[in-house]
Amino acid sequence: MPNILLRDQDIPNIGTYEVYVQHGGYEGLRKALSMSPKEVIAVVKDSNLRGRGGAGFPTGVKWSFVPDVEGPKYVVVNADESEPGTFKDRQILEKNTQQLIEGALICAYAIQATAIHIYVRGEFWDIGFQLEREIEKARAGGWVGQNIGGSNWSCEIYVHWGAGAYICGEESAMLNSIEGKLGQPRVRPPFPAVSGLYGRPTVINNVETLANVPPIIVNGAAWYKSIGTEKSPGPKIFCVSGHIAKPGNYELPLGKTFRELIEIAGGVRGGKKLKAILPSGASGPLLPGTDKVLDTPMTYEDVAALGSTLGSASVIILDEDTDMVWAAYKMIKFFRHESCGKCTPCREGTYWLEQRLSAIYHRKATRADVELIESVAKQMQGKSLCALGDFATSPVLSALKYWRDEFYAYVEPAKPAVKAPARKAAALAAAGD
Amino acid sequence: MLKEAYAEQIAKIFAKYPDKRSAIMPLLYLAQEHYGYVSPEGINEVAELCEVDPTQVKSIAGFYTMYRETPKGKYWLQVCTDLPCALVGAEQFYHDLLEYLGIQEGGTTPDGLFTVEHVMCLAACDRAPMLQCNFRYVENLDMEKMKALIEQWRAEAKAEMPASGD
Repeated sequence: MPNILLRDQDIPNIGTYEVYVQHGGYEGLRKALSMSPKEVIAVVKDSNLRGRGGAGFPTGVKWSFVPDVEGPKYVVVNADESEPGTFKDRQILEKNTQQLIEGALICAYAIQATAIHIYVRGEFWDIGFQLEREIEKARAGGWVGQNIGGSNWSCEIYVHWGAGAYICGEESAMLNSIEGKLGQPRVRPPFPAVSGLYGRPTVINNVETLANVPPIIVNGAAWYKSIGTEKSPGPKIFCVSGHIAKPGNYELPLGKTFRELIEIAGGVRGGKKLKAILPSGASGPLLPGTDKVLDTPMTYEDVAALGSTLGSASVIILDEDTDMVWAAYKMIKFFRHESCGKCTPCREGTYWLEQRLSAIYHRKATRADVELIESVAKQMQGKSLCALGDFATSPVLSALKYWRDEFYAYVEPAKPAVKAPARKAAALAAAGD
Repeated sequence: MLKEAYAEQIAKIFAKYPDKRSAIMPLLYLAQEHYGYVSPEGINEVAELCEVDPTQVKSIAGFYTMYRETPKGKYWLQVCTDLPCALVGAEQFYHDLLEYLGIQEGGTTPDGLFTVEHVMCLAACDRAPMLQCNFRYVENLDMEKMKALIEQWRAEAKAEMPASGD
């Protein structure tokens, strides 16, 4: 089956306007303009497309929350791809640029938006300029600006560069960042659909989500639902990294198993055995590389049933030699650095998790520290304005769930209270193991 | 002054947003380009242009990793050492790079050419080890390739220098 999202793998230079229109480009927007905005939303709703940024929320439902009011309305494209292990949006932005632009325009038409802001992470510096060039070509084609496609609807597109902050991928933090405020999450309600960018109704969608929209409008919801599973329809880009023979992006229908994905990506690197899988970057719980996990279909609901999340489908492979204490420590360092500092449980919790995990990893801790990090992580859950505070707990809690003994192996055995010098001696002895 | 040096670009930036404050981030990039880092005068000029307090601009500059608050080397190398990259040797690569250049983490070589830091995920996990050199990605690296690149950058920097003797 030809790729629907990674079309650059089948058609060279599909990302450029000239080649894109030769291959059916803007037929989706043309068709959408012949429908009412409500009809467009109904098709996307019926397709059951779910947000590809990680949350999996039904896209059409999200659009339908936007009230029918006069005045400015916005679409914000989340191109702030920053989750460790995720590099799918980058390929769409670089190689299938116009399909993203067309998808964003269809979304904008459906909610009758007056402007689209594409928030690219600052590190995608050149990609931002490439987007601007392609937007200008689409404008010359009559698809951007005044009276789009001859209709009475007008919409502008702007590119906004981030500057290096994971938190800005969180939708309300992204809105603050565009407004020139600190990129920290907002209290909800109100939700962005009602009061988003500059206090106006706003839809925020991920790059991959929007790239799905033009083919849905052209081919219809029934076609889309024929791909994937009933609850998780459509194609999905799986980013495979870590200990894998052929790292990269693979487009597959939702519902293929982890085993199939690993096989397609050439198997575990160096013929090693699989130890663990991170199905959604650093944000989703680790899963052990058991047959049960390997034979699980990669859908939102099936991965959730395993106690993890499909998220953005950034699958990081860990082989048998991976030290799980080190892996958890690496991920906590990430979250400690990226915590925006707004909510105390996340700011302090990530600090203490890193501090105590560092002590464990450097063999300067006790068994009590292992219990302590578990307790701290559990207390952080559900207590912050955005999901980062919860994400940060998953590497620790899932590593402890499956590989607790590895943590104990790093610390001295439990002993009655000992004086400081003796403890130091014991820790030094342990370090020499 | 930014106002004179980038008049056209500044007008374009303000045209994108209904609120002047939204221009802080793009204008900080201009200030960084102009002064080599987000200098105190750059902060003040951005604040004046956006009609906000300089403290607010400084807090934005400090929040993000891509604004340099101090001058850096001509080649600002930011190596990703996050988990997916680390699984395929990025930490060793980072360590070897620092050792090869004879500097500490975050340090700059005495000739002012190279600053090396580690950064969080750059969305290039399938092409590790990798780094960002002044906002451009350099991917699929190993120390052999890196040494060749460093020599190339040294030669480029030398060619750009004014003739010796001054």
